[in-house]
Amino acid sequence: MRELIAERLKGVTAKPLFTAGKMTAAQKIGIALLVAAVIVAPILFQGFGQLFMIRIIAVIGLYIILALGLNIVVGYAGLLDFGRIAFYAVGAYVAMWVGIPLAGLLGETLEGWSYFLVLPIGGLVACVVGLLLGLPVMRLRGDYLAIVTLGFGEIVRICLTNNIFGITNGAAGLPGSGDSLAAPAGLAWLRRNVHFTIGNNFEFTFTSNIYWYFVIFALVALSILVIRNLDNSRLGRSWAAVREDEVAAQAMGVNTTVAKLYAFVIGAFFGGIAGVTFSYFQAFVSPESFTFLESVLVLAIVVIGGMGSIPGVIFGALAIQGIPEFIRGFASAGWFGNLSAETVSAISNYRYLVFGALMVFMMAVRPQGLIPQTRRARELLGEYDAIDGHELDAREPGDRANSTRGRA
Amino acid sequence: MLKIKHLSTSYGKIHAVRDISFEVNEGEIVTLIGANGAGKSTTLQTISGLLKPRAGTILYKDEDIAGMPANKVAARHVVQVPEGRRIFGRMTVKENLEMGAYLRKDSAGIKEDIAHVFELFPRLEERIAQKGGTLSGGEQQMLAMARGLMGRPELLMLDEPSMGLAPVVVETIFEVIQKLRDQGITILLVEQNASLALSIANRGYVMETGEISLSGTGRELLANEDVQKAYLGH
Repeated sequence: MRELIAERLKGVTAKPLFTAGKMTAAQKIGIALLVAAVIVAPILFQGFGQLFMIRIIAVIGLYIILALGLNIVVGYAGLLDFGRIAFYAVGAYVAMWVGIPLAGLLGETLEGWSYFLVLPIGGLVACVVGLLLGLPVMRLRGDYLAIVTLGFGEIVRICLTNNIFGITNGAAGLPGSGDSLAAPAGLAWLRRNVHFTIGNNFEFTFTSNIYWYFVIFALVALSILVIRNLDNSRLGRSWAAVREDEVAAQAMGVNTTVAKLYAFVIGAFFGGIAGVTFSYFQAFVSPESFTFLESVLVLAIVVIGGMGSIPGVIFGALAIQGIPEFIRGFASAGWFGNLSAETVSAISNYRYLVFGALMVFMMAVRPQGLIPQTRRARELLGEYDAIDGHELDAREPGDRANSTRGRA
Repeated sequence: MLKIKHLSTSYGKIHAVRDISFEVNEGEIVTLIGANGAGKSTTLQTISGLLKPRAGTILYKDEDIAGMPANKVAARHVVQVPEGRRIFGRMTVKENLEMGAYLRKDSAGIKEDIAHVFELFPRLEERIAQKGGTLSGGEQQMLAMARGLMGRPELLMLDEPSMGLAPVVVETIFEVIQKLRDQGITILLVEQNASLALSIANRGYVMETGEISLSGTGRELLANEDVQKAYLGH
């Protein structure tokens, strides 16, 4: 009898949460096209002299990594975090603090590799900072955690602005005069040798922008792979359980504190590597890149894109970080006629107004985000089940925080 | 198997459980009965590690597990099926069962156990791909128990399994509880439905305002006049 049931179970295909779903042919083609576009686009933009486009897309890539990291915390583990940009800052400053002396240490022939060495260091330092913050605050829930993380983000920014320990150079940023980050390995060679023209209008040189663009998108691809596997892992299951019902998760043997800490720390890692890359890409960092507004933007990317959904996050980054930058870029490139620099910056400042309205609209109309993860959508909508039409038990969100107190 | 000695648990200033001692022997069904607020659930939650005791010891197989975090208690195959079922409403029945086996890594054994719990609760098999939250109350209770069984419990603690369920379903559930004992699982059962609990229990304890006021075999307690007056409505 038992064998019989086990035999029948083999054929059962419940919607896979705990196993990686197989992609359909259409999805595979879609991804192939996307990858091709990501590779070809910068070559075209560089060739036709639209350099601002490459930089904008590269920055979008950085925000994708940041938002993917935050998505682990918010989307998978269900923890609200308003201070994510702090880990980006940590990575960015570590790049300056470690990258510059490290390049000196490596000497002229090897200094180009400093970025690749600093990258994991920045990620790990962000992890440690995440752990130090996470240990005391993991017992907090919902709003309280949000407030603490918000405070943390501000503390980090204020420390940087006030030149804490004399190593951040205050509002003027890093590197200080006379210092600079080493150009990455291979760039000089690529610049010299990858150079071609097609006709009269197309001239391609492998510039540093192109270099960082490809580094960033390699990181994006790597992040997606890692996070996809995480979501399907044991850890991913424990996150899903914690998000749904912490008490039940504990009763199943999930160490909820550790599960949440993992989310926090792994999320911080992605913030850290994005920060390191940002530093090298911009060749300059200052506290004004790490304001509360940036934390909110990253959170908006996750929420608008769809919590827990990787495609959602990518799309969210394109919409939130991309559209305003494109508009600003096109405006300053003179596509809308001759606008003054002031008008251009005014236009880009209005984006926050638009976001505010968009967020309210989204929460009212589509709280699960543009491309939601299926499970998350169920949680937010109390979706009807196709099989017998019973509605989900209407548990208040606060019910989860109810724990076991007050019952005897 | 389980020896509770002088256990006290409090919520702030309220002493929900006061200096109770009792034991559960291997292979028994032991029931804690009592009115609402008597401290039965608090006792279970303290054993399973969801609550920290204020004082006392909880010896499980001669190891003091008092104050141990819930995940470590679960790792010792002491499994609680919580009050109110607390199934994962947005996971399917199968995913809920897989969560129950969270601490295990033997995928062949897990598959076998899923088949086993479907044997106990055929209704669940019919609903395998359905979301937990869309099940009826009785099915949810079955799922909560099945999920608990997926952790291969040696001591299974059931908190008010009959709560809010139709009599027919309660009967099914209590039949399964007896079956589980026959399969060698020790059971600690908290119930408000005293007559039903005592009728299947080897032994029982009566709790009143955080203390144990009476104890005896199931049959003795059923026959006890005070118990009959207070809990059985005679």
